Amino acid sequence: MENKEKVNIFDGIWAFFASVKLAIVLLFLLAVTSIIGTVVPQESPKAIQFLGRVFGDNTAPAVYNIFLKLDFMDMYHSWWFVTLLVLFCVNLTVCSLEKIPRTWKLVKTPVKPMAKNVLETLPVKKEITLKTSLDIARDEFLNAFRASKYDVKEAAEEDGTQLYSEKGGYSRLGVYVVHLSILLIFVGAIIGARFGYDGSLNLREGGGSDVVYSRSGEPIPLGFTIGCNWYKTDYYKGSDTPQEFSSELVILENGKEVLKKVIEVNNPLTYKGITFYQSSYGIVPDAVGIFVLKVSANGGAEKTMRLQQGESFEIPGLKIKGTIMDFSPALGRDPQSGALTTYSDSLVNPAVSIRFDIEGSDGFTGWILKRYPETGIIKDAGLKVEFLDYWGVEYTGLQVSKDPGVIIIYIASIVMVLGLYVAFFLSHKKLWIRIAPAGKGSVKVNIGGSASKNRLSLERQAEHILAGAAAAIEGRLKKI
Amino acid sequence: MDSSTLFGISTFAYFVAMAIYVSYIAFRKNGVAVTATAVTVFGFLCQTGALLLRWMDSFNIWAASAPSTTFIESLLRGAPLRNMYESMVFFVWCIVFIYLIMEFKYKNRSLGAFVMPVAALALAFIDVSGMSTEIQPLIPALQSNWLLFHVFLSFIGYAAFGVSFAAAVAYIAMATDSKGEKAYIFWSIAVGVFLIVLIAMGIDYLSMSSSAQGDYLRSYFLKASFLSSSGIVVIFSWIISAVFILALWRYGHGLRKVLESLSITKIMLEDIEYKSIAIGFPLFTIGGLIMGAIWANSAWGTYWSWDPKETWSLITWFIYAGYLHARFVGGWRGKKVSVLALIGFIGVVFTYLGVNLFLSGLHSYGGQ
Repeated sequence: MENKEKVNIFDGIWAFFASVKLAIVLLFLLAVTSIIGTVVPQESPKAIQFLGRVFGDNTAPAVYNIFLKLDFMDMYHSWWFVTLLVLFCVNLTVCSLEKIPRTWKLVKTPVKPMAKNVLETLPVKKEITLKTSLDIARDEFLNAFRASKYDVKEAAEEDGTQLYSEKGGYSRLGVYVVHLSILLIFVGAIIGARFGYDGSLNLREGGGSDVVYSRSGEPIPLGFTIGCNWYKTDYYKGSDTPQEFSSELVILENGKEVLKKVIEVNNPLTYKGITFYQSSYGIVPDAVGIFVLKVSANGGAEKTMRLQQGESFEIPGLKIKGTIMDFSPALGRDPQSGALTTYSDSLVNPAVSIRFDIEGSDGFTGWILKRYPETGIIKDAGLKVEFLDYWGVEYTGLQVSKDPGVIIIYIASIVMVLGLYVAFFLSHKKLWIRIAPAGKGSVKVNIGGSASKNRLSLERQAEHILAGAAAAIEGRLKKI
Repeated sequence: MDSSTLFGISTFAYFVAMAIYVSYIAFRKNGVAVTATAVTVFGFLCQTGALLLRWMDSFNIWAASAPSTTFIESLLRGAPLRNMYESMVFFVWCIVFIYLIMEFKYKNRSLGAFVMPVAALALAFIDVSGMSTEIQPLIPALQSNWLLFHVFLSFIGYAAFGVSFAAAVAYIAMATDSKGEKAYIFWSIAVGVFLIVLIAMGIDYLSMSSSAQGDYLRSYFLKASFLSSSGIVVIFSWIISAVFILALWRYGHGLRKVLESLSITKIMLEDIEYKSIAIGFPLFTIGGLIMGAIWANSAWGTYWSWDPKETWSLITWFIYAGYLHARFVGGWRGKKVSVLALIGFIGVVFTYLGVNLFLSGLHSYGGQ
């Protein structure tokens, strides 16, 4: 008695999860609750601002406490949202397990001959009377049927014959492939959450680190050293619109360089399962940089120099001495006064001011702009100075993630694409062709068919078979 | 000829086609209908040409700014699908394309009277909204091979959902016997809100000063009605809207007689509604969600970050998944399931426009 009771409870739970109604209710709940997180900012400080604006400063704290209890500020990871997702998964699994045997039977049960009266009620139906013998009609329809790539079976009937076949039965399983891919995505997400992490790291030019920092600021050891050789922003010609952000990263194992790569947005570096993404950049406060200049005289050999502000350099072959006087991260002209001015703290348009002392004549001072190399060509003196970089003041902001679940997400994606294709674009087609004598040396042909999707394409196929067979029969008549 | 001239011609052609389709409904002359189709096809070809020319232009601009990229890469970077303006033009292109296929398949030209106004008005809206039509430099985040496929497939999905919405609106109007039906009441509210927002945006346009058209969507949206600084205008807007919805509810099912007289059947509408979703859903899943996730993983370091755009895509996906299951396994038919098609499209509109207007997030370039 007690045993039976238990079985009933289990059956009850199973039946609860096997219901499509539950699936629709869950989809609805997931859709509605997901909206909350797109409206309420998913970060406490921003959420406080938001609540203050919506509810006023008096009621906002009370609302905030309720929101805090319900995890609305991190709702996609809250216990209740995760519960909904788990219920969704269980529902998906149980529903599929419940339905697969029935669908499998439908796929595996071979198509049978169809009674005449049923055949005439099918969604696809054609009828034709042809002046020919039963045998010829049978042969030609068999040929045409087979030409449409069907594995045709035949059943003799009292007054004629029936050809029938089916195709694409497996397309009925496509939907379960999609369900499987959704479960795989959950598996991938769980693996990622359990064994992976998200972190970030700011590396200044020339700097390195053995750890990255989690969202809460805790250091996570990498097991190797990551270094940044340089960071740069490229701009579209003649404008301050960034074209690309890039950094040269190096990986060091025991002090030895093992990998070097220039990363850009959309082009990260992966090493030992850890991926480094270009995500931001900035200026290190109070940093002193090094000017990298490339100098050549009279088209002669180029020489690259690394100097600090105030330092001087000799130009090979010419009796000219250069001294670095000043620097501007973003040199521009004031639109009103026309005077030179620095319009930004970031290195948008870096410029270096150099004083040139020429032996035996007056010197001069000029600005050389990194983005406009023509500003460094001094024709009279046969001199070319290129401002390559102001190195060491910028840092590159890296997003770091380790996610061993991603590979499963990718596999799930492929499985889902295949499943969707089969489920939505292939169809289970069945066709029956009944041929019976109609007296006076003619036969009547009835075609009937059904399709799980895209009836129109089956209709066309039926027409094609009919036209093909009719044409072949006519051809035979002419030969005789 | 440059792309903006061709765009102008196609907008004009769509307006002419709209007028001819409407007069076809009035006069039922076959010749009129054929002319309407011909003008639509002409407009469509012009728009296709304009899109290709714009693609060529931005291809050249990109190739000049980044000489080291390969031909194929430059082609992908140049795809005209990178801001609000370009995406809306492409959306209209998809709508007209799908409409022409439907006209051919269902051999019914009267539907054009309903679809072409949407296309023409959308293009006119782009014109008046003051969105930037310039070819903007491609920001680093968008420099990916996924851009073309992700946006292209998403928008074909959106357009297919749009068609299913139109079919569902017509279907519920045709299938309603009494004004007390829940589906019909929902229909009145949903269609009413859509129309009210459109009308309110029209009023915004008429009332704004011509010198300040800059960022219409953010700075003018509903400012002349519901969000006006004048309290009277706000109250008046709400009252008018309530009256409008009531009127729609009272007289809306008169649409049924119009549709019947156009030899549009319920079966046909239900078929269009379902088939559009059956095409839109897999394309949206693959292009919008899967490709989006793969791209996000290579650009942002995570394939899913619950960004508002991502979340709203998922919400839309949940609704249409619900539609398909309700219909296939739950056995829902007719009005009940058509209501889901209406809700689904509300999700689409929010995913496409609402997120860019009201919420901020990683996808914010769509609002420029």
